[in-house]
Amino acid sequence: MMTQVEVTEVLLPGVGVRYDFTTARGERFAVVTRRSGDVEFMDYGDDPDAPRPLWRLDAEEAEVVAEVLGAPRIAERFADLTKEIPGLGAGQVPVTAASPYAGRALGDTRARTLTGASIVAVVRDDTVVASPRPDEVLQPGDILVVIGTHEGIAGVQSIISG
Amino acid sequence: MHGSSALLIELGIVLAALATLGALARRFGYSPVPLYLLAGLALGPGGIAPVPAAGAFVTTGASIGVILLLLTLGLEFTVGEFTASARRHVPSACVDFALNAAPGAVAGWLLGLGWIGALAMGGITWVSSSGIVARLLEDLRRLANRETPAVLSVLVLEDVAMAAFLPLLAVLAAGGAWWQAALSVAAAVGALSLAFAATHRLGGPLARIVDTDDPELLLLRVLSLTLLVAGITELMQASAAVGAFLVGLALTGQVADRTRRVVAPLRDLFAAVFFLAIGLAINPRDIVPVLPAVLALAAVTAATKVVTGWYAAARDGAARRGRLRAGTVLIARGEFSLVIASLLATAQPGQLSAFAAAYVIVLAVVGPLATRLADRVPAPRPAAATRAESGGRASG
Repeated sequence: MMTQVEVTEVLLPGVGVRYDFTTARGERFAVVTRRSGDVEFMDYGDDPDAPRPLWRLDAEEAEVVAEVLGAPRIAERFADLTKEIPGLGAGQVPVTAASPYAGRALGDTRARTLTGASIVAVVRDDTVVASPRPDEVLQPGDILVVIGTHEGIAGVQSIISG
Repeated sequence: MHGSSALLIELGIVLAALATLGALARRFGYSPVPLYLLAGLALGPGGIAPVPAAGAFVTTGASIGVILLLLTLGLEFTVGEFTASARRHVPSACVDFALNAAPGAVAGWLLGLGWIGALAMGGITWVSSSGIVARLLEDLRRLANRETPAVLSVLVLEDVAMAAFLPLLAVLAAGGAWWQAALSVAAAVGALSLAFAATHRLGGPLARIVDTDDPELLLLRVLSLTLLVAGITELMQASAAVGAFLVGLALTGQVADRTRRVVAPLRDLFAAVFFLAIGLAINPRDIVPVLPAVLALAAVTAATKVVTGWYAAARDGAARRGRLRAGTVLIARGEFSLVIASLLATAQPGQLSAFAAAYVIVLAVVGPLATRLADRVPAPRPAAATRAESGGRASG
């Protein structure tokens, strides 16, 4: 993936990780993610030795921000990722109201056993359930992100649409 | 009946005093540890308000406190962070050891504490307080600073070095022979290697034994494992603290994260009792004669820590202000210094623990003060606006 943002990762032993960003406009800022899940944003301004604190988010708030920024793009990103491996593909399988599995647990589909393809995420409105567990209940309108061979993805499609 | 009511009331008063002191310290952004020590001095024999009935509980609580303190210190350890720190900062750790352990060891020798006492004094002046430093970095909002990775790396490498130093000192202090000391150091290194292997290959056999979703069960399992190992190491003359530290080191990854969360409240209570107990065991009159030596040693080892931090931060490319901040933040000594002193408490009562307590009281106050002053050092060129004072008054 091409990107304009330069990111460096610095380990903070005992605390977490600091990510330094330099944007295309030359602005420098840092995001410190704590082991606890808390996140702190700092702005370096023109003096790299005097970062100014911007915001502090707790784990839940950080999650919300991440979802706002990340959810709509997750399926695209999987598609990019799977291009790198020959034979592997990513697909999106919608769960319609007519599907026999709407309102049932993901595990009931036995999709992986039957097709070999994995359901790696469920996109629901603006949120993403990453690595859904077998007891995740599918809702009408959900979009399943599937990774597998092309036959496998087609198999999941036919299972879900019934 | 009467005995138990006296115990409960005295204990209630003691905890209320600790709570008040803790709140006071936090309000001004300082570590409560020196105040706990002072409270112990005031409540002990020869102090202003002795509490005899609570004594038995405090003694038991203190030994559990050391165990939990070292368990959680060990839990902080992760292999990835250790290797990253070691890659960049082994020279910093060597400078740290040479500059800071030497003055303590020399002072111990001059004070006539014998060579084991000198070894312990070297340890006491060597190790910064990870607890106080980590808290300061957070309160002063320095986590994103350029010098901070260097500071944290020095702390990690000190902690790992303690895994070998503590068993060595414990066995020697208990009158063990060199081969026994070597054996217990080997056991410690073995536990460290186990931690490495566990995260790299074995998938954490220890983790699988203790891991469970239920926080209550996790707490009980970890505590039982820790107390068993601590008890066995104590039997082998290597001090319970060492065993607990090794259990903490061997638990890594997710289990360590969750264990930290469930153990934290217990640790806070019993660690406070441990600091209190150190004060209680010291007669305030013992401190007066050592005070000049304590102040002199504190001044020297504060300066050597500044040099250490300066050197480590310079390796990470921080400018002068960052180096000064790194140096001053490392001045604070705390829990490890007291644990080291407590290892020798039975072998050499009195002088050493009085010395260590006074030394920690001084530097646990001076360190945070010095590093706050370092924040006031003006920028080399005029900043755009007056910098917002975002210091310790913010509650976490």
